[in-house]
This record gives sequence, structure tokens and C-alpha cells, in this order.
Amino acid sequence: MASSVISSSPFVCKSSKKDLGFSSFTKSSQISIHRCQKKSISRKIVSVMAPQKDRSPGTTGSVKTGMTMTEKILARAAEKSLVVPGDNIWVNVDVLMTHDVCGPGAFGIFKREFGEKAKVWDPEKIVVIPDHYIFTADKRANRNVDIMREHCKEQNIKYFYDITDLGNFKANPDYKGVCHVALAQEGHCRPGEVLLGTDSHTCTAGAFGQFATGIGNTDAGFVLGTGKILLKVPPTMRFILDGEMPSYLQAKDLILQIIGEISVAGATYKTMEFSGTCIESLSMEERMTLCNMVVEAGGKNGVIPPDATTLNYVENRTSVPFEPVYSDGNASFVAEYRFDVSKLEPVVAKPHSPDNRALARECKDVKIDRVYIGSCTGGKTEDFMAAAKLFHAAGKKVKVPTFLVPATQKVWMDVYALPVPGSGGKTCAQIFEEAGCDTPASPSCGACLGGPADTYARLNEPQVCVSTTNRNFPGRMGHKEGQIYLASPYTAAASALTGRVTDPREFLQ
Amino acid sequence: MATSLHSLNSTLFKSLASSSNKSSSSLSPSPVFRLNPTSTAFIFKPLTSSSSAIIIRASASSSKSGESHTRETFHGLCFVLKDNIDTDQIIPAEYGTLIPSIPEDREKLGSFALNGLPKFYGERFVVPGEMKSKYSVIIGGDNFGCGSSREHAPVCLGAAGAKAVVAESYARIFFRNCVATGEIFPLESEVRICDECKTGDVVTVEHKEDGSSLLINHTTRKEYKLKPLGDAGPVIDAGGIFAYARKAGMIPSASSA
Repeated sequence: MASSVISSSPFVCKSSKKDLGFSSFTKSSQISIHRCQKKSISRKIVSVMAPQKDRSPGTTGSVKTGMTMTEKILARAAEKSLVVPGDNIWVNVDVLMTHDVCGPGAFGIFKREFGEKAKVWDPEKIVVIPDHYIFTADKRANRNVDIMREHCKEQNIKYFYDITDLGNFKANPDYKGVCHVALAQEGHCRPGEVLLGTDSHTCTAGAFGQFATGIGNTDAGFVLGTGKILLKVPPTMRFILDGEMPSYLQAKDLILQIIGEISVAGATYKTMEFSGTCIESLSMEERMTLCNMVVEAGGKNGVIPPDATTLNYVENRTSVPFEPVYSDGNASFVAEYRFDVSKLEPVVAKPHSPDNRALARECKDVKIDRVYIGSCTGGKTEDFMAAAKLFHAAGKKVKVPTFLVPATQKVWMDVYALPVPGSGGKTCAQIFEEAGCDTPASPSCGACLGGPADTYARLNEPQVCVSTTNRNFPGRMGHKEGQIYLASPYTAAASALTGRVTDPREFLQ
Repeated sequence: MATSLHSLNSTLFKSLASSSNKSSSSLSPSPVFRLNPTSTAFIFKPLTSSSSAIIIRASASSSKSGESHTRETFHGLCFVLKDNIDTDQIIPAEYGTLIPSIPEDREKLGSFALNGLPKFYGERFVVPGEMKSKYSVIIGGDNFGCGSSREHAPVCLGAAGAKAVVAESYARIFFRNCVATGEIFPLESEVRICDECKTGDVVTVEHKEDGSSLLINHTTRKEYKLKPLGDAGPVIDAGGIFAYARKAGMIPSASSA
């Protein structure tokens, strides 16, 4: 018989009243700190249901076994009526995405294994999005975009968001920018589908109620030839976020809260499913931010049940038919966490781990050298709107260099065109200029992952940076001794105004 | 994958020689644990006495009745890392412009392997100016390989000459990429071997036919049972995802251009 839904009392996670208190640490002790953190976190975790034991699928079909969203998506994609966590299945892929860093390698392997004259399984299901190392003089980086152009021409790839004029991104009508944001904006994300990408943050698309995860070049080469991939069905951890979202809190705070709770390996090999009244109130871009950092908890994929917000976004961008799925009432989850969002406070992830969570207000003595607002995590239109809103409310100038890198061309245009609510018709760009920020840069992944030496806003000195990006391991943005505080756009903007890590409530209430 | 794993069918010396698609160091009986014949970077000091012991042990284990034959063996110096070694520490993102499927790029990636480690690690995995590492086995803690899906991570380790990684636990994409590429053999320990081994210890990793594995630290004279490969086993055994799929009839044999 199908296992019942978790019956023990929900684990109510209040706020981070006891954050783990690592307010000061030295580089040499960081490793033991992370281990302490992980061990003490695992003691706090309450697993409210034992993981599924080995169970063969019902053979008669008369036993109705509930499946989670992810199980259903994978079952359908594998043309099976039932799957359980642990099953290794061959799955049909709906969309494969690649970019300038991994595309050449993936196609190289495809040709090596299937032959120089081989053709991809479906030229309309592959989306090639140069975005990582674009606006650079690095010859190899430029070469990689050219290589992708050759492959796309040869294979007749329908969706290649090309760039040829590196000096002026606007001169490239096809160019989009950051792959995960472009996928959503161009209508490639659809509920119920299987989307794979040669990038760890492919999990972003789970916001659309689909199975989306990152793979390497070799797996991608395999998918290019076959349209299939061998996957192990992951068990699902459920995160129920209820309560009204405070005005100073953003999805970035929610996911940093969760990662701080379960650690960077807390969701390894698992699905993170997000639901609850707070989730339902989030916009698509906020949901994308939430799912984006699932990989930082080790998660295989993140999912959010599609609703009117999802359908409204998707139906405006694609005419490809899709069929959403939802977790059954009697589906089995390996763990359940509940959050009362109204009690949460803005948080940051201190150097050098995304799970090194601390309250923003408790870091107010940390002097910073710069602020970076960008990336698939925090460089979308709403992220810039939020930062602009805070700058406008404060009416002050930034105290440190503040770098702005819109994720895509479309975001860049929104920054220059859309009026910021409550500002009397000013655009983000105007507000940023008045606040003394750097001019919004050409859209790409930018300095989120360091990049070639000439990358705009790269951390080339051992400085302290508050960033809306997704990882802060040593050397992530360039310099090995750089110190990166991951934060929401509100927190980043507030910090820029004071020159210290700052809780946005200082300027918003 | 199969080309980078060597079965202990003759002597341990052979198992240390680079595989056919890596640098061509010739087989020589002694001093055999130099991975790069031209480098005088090191000579295993405790070698002579322990090396014969190793050979005896290896052949003993394969001839004991009822005991599983050893399928793969990796031997050499170990390089010890701790928890949460992310892909940017394994290979800083700036080297992501190199394409792993191009041999010259792959070689360069090897020379930068573990370049991103913070200074306090002391030892460099690859000495600046060299292309290969003198370390054969990487020992790690929890969540090894977390971060990016970029295959540059397992590729650079394999290109540098590392043969196996033994970690307490792995991040999934990195583990999957190890299995798919066959660049480096990923094994899981049952205890925190990273706390009991030191960089430079001489170790042997044995992977047996029944799927069990063992790590022997000759310097500390301790042995550690490792976890079986689990579901990745059949894919690794077949030789990677393409070979596995061919075996399963999912795709035809590779056609030549």
C-alpha cells in the first residue's frame, strides 16, 4: 500500500535565532568550522519519515501508489506508469541547453562517439546560449563562441543566441545573455518537461514545475545523439513555506535560510520541492531565484507546483503544448521542513560557503569593498527593481563601487525602460546613476565565477564583496583570498549605501 | 574508462604506467613510482622494503581461495583534502575556456589541477611549470566536487595523472562526471580517511571483482574498507555511459568518420 503522507508533527523552523555564531573565523579554521556546522545541523534535522525501502513497482496496477511531482515527470518521460526513488531509468529529454564553456566539449564528444557526420537527435530541442565568457579579449573564449556557431550551422540548430560584435552587445539581435534567464524569457521552460543543461544552475527551471538539472559534457554528448539520458529517480524533500512574506525579505533570503539549515550537502541526490502560501505569492523570477540555488544544497533538482502565475508566464512565451503534473496526496517524501516566513529576517552567507548563514544585522560591523548585483541568481529584472527601490527610498549615494550586470539583453532594457514603482516614473538606470553606481554592464554571467582576467567586476584583489550571486567558495569571483557575502538584492543595495554588510530594514520599512 | 584503469595482471609497476591516451612514460621496473621519468622531483624513500610487500600482498589476495580477484589497482602518493572541495578549487573557472575534448587543452587543464586551493594547503598538487602531478590518489572529505557541472573538474585531475579519488561523500554532478568520463575512479570511504592520512603517504587502492574496495596506507600501515560502487558500478564496468549504452543496445557502435 502506498505510504501515507508524513504524519508526525511538522518541524517548525522559526528563524535563525541561533545562527551558528561563526562571526569570526580564520582561513585556516574554515574547514573545521564547516564540518562543525554540518554536524550540528544534522543533529537539528528531523526526518519525519523513513526513506523508502526497496520496493518493486506494482505489477498488477491495482495498487495506487502516490508519486511526487518529480517522480511523475520522470515516469512519464521514461514511458513508465510508476517509478520509485532509486530506480535507474532511461528518460526522454525535452530540451537540452548548453553554452560557450561546455558546448564545444559536448559537441566534441558527440562527434567522437557518434561520428563526424552524425546528426543531433532533434535540432529544435537544443538551445545554445553563449553567456559565460563573452565580453573578453581572451582568444580561447572568443574561439569557443565561434566553435558553437560552426556546430549550430552544421546541425541546423534552431535556437542559437549568437553574438558576433563583442564591442556592442546591442548590435547582436539574437544575443540573449545568461542561459537560465534566457531559457525562461524565451519560452523554453514548460511545466512537466525534462530540461537538461550543461550548467549546475539548470535547476533554476524547476520553478516552472519541470525536472531540470545540470549535467556534464559527456552526458550532454550522449543526449545530443540520442535525446535520452540515464537517470536515477531522486527522493523528494518537501519545504513548505507559509506565512506572509515581509516587505524586506526576498526569495534569496528564503533559499539562504534553507541552505543554512540543511547544509551544502543536505539535499545531495534529492529533489527539493517548495510549496506553501508564501511560495504561491512569489513571482516567477522569485521562484527562479529559489530553485536556482538548490544545487548549492547538493540538490539534484528543485520543483514548484505550477499555478496561475506559472501558466500566465509560460503561455505568454510559448505555444508548445505542455501538461503540468502535481504531487499526489499520498506521495512519499523523505523529509519535510516547514517555515513561518513572517518570522524570517534577511540573511547572508558569509565566506566561504553558501551554508555559512548569518543574520545580515549581525554582520553590520563587516566593512566591505564592493557590491555586485548580477547573475542568474540575482541579476533579473525584479532583482534590479528591488535594488533601485531601496536606493530610491534611501535617497543616498553608495559608499563603495557598485557593479550592476543585467543577466540578459531584456533585463538590460527593462533597467533602462521600466518605471520603478513609487519613484515618480524614474527608471532603475536613473536611480542607479543618482546613487552613484557603475553603469549597468553588458549582459552575461560576468564576474559571478571570476572568468578571464579582463572580466568586468572580477575580484582581482583580496577584497570583501557583497554579491547577489550563488557561490562564495574560495576564489569564486577571482582572487583566492577574496571574501564574498551572498545576499539578496535588497541587502546588497543596503550594504552599498553604508559600506558595511547591512540589513535592508535600515532603509525599508 | 577501461583504458584508464589497469588490472593487476602482472606487476604493480605496470599499473603505474600511464595509460595509452596519456603521456607515454615507458615501463621500467625501478624506481617505478616516478610518474614522470624525467622528473627528479621525488623518489619514494620507503619504497624498496614496502614495494615488495605490496607485490606479495597483491598476488596473495588474488590467489586466496574464496577471495575476490583484484580488478583494478591504483598505487602511489596520496594528496589529502578536506570537506567541500568545490569545482572552482579543483579547476578555477578562468581555465574553463579550455575544451576538455581537445587533447592539447586537456593537457593544459591537467597542469592547472587543484590550482584553486587556498594557500594553507601548502603542497601544490601540480608543481608550477610541470604538466603532471606526482600524486596518484586524492583523498577527500565530505561533499567532494560540489559546485559546478563543468567536466573540467574530473578531466583536469585525470589529465594531471591522478587515478582515483577516495572521498567521504560526493556532490552528485561531479561523481556522475567521473563515471561518465572515466577520467578518475571515484570511491567512497566509510570513515574520515582524510583525517588519518597525510599528503605524501604511500597508498594502494584495490577495487575487486565483487565490487568491494580497499585503501591501504603503507606509510601508516592502516587499511580501510571502502564502499561498493553501487548503481554506478555497471556503468563504470562497461567503460562509461557510451559503452554502457552500447552494451544495452541503446546506441549502435561508434561509427568512424
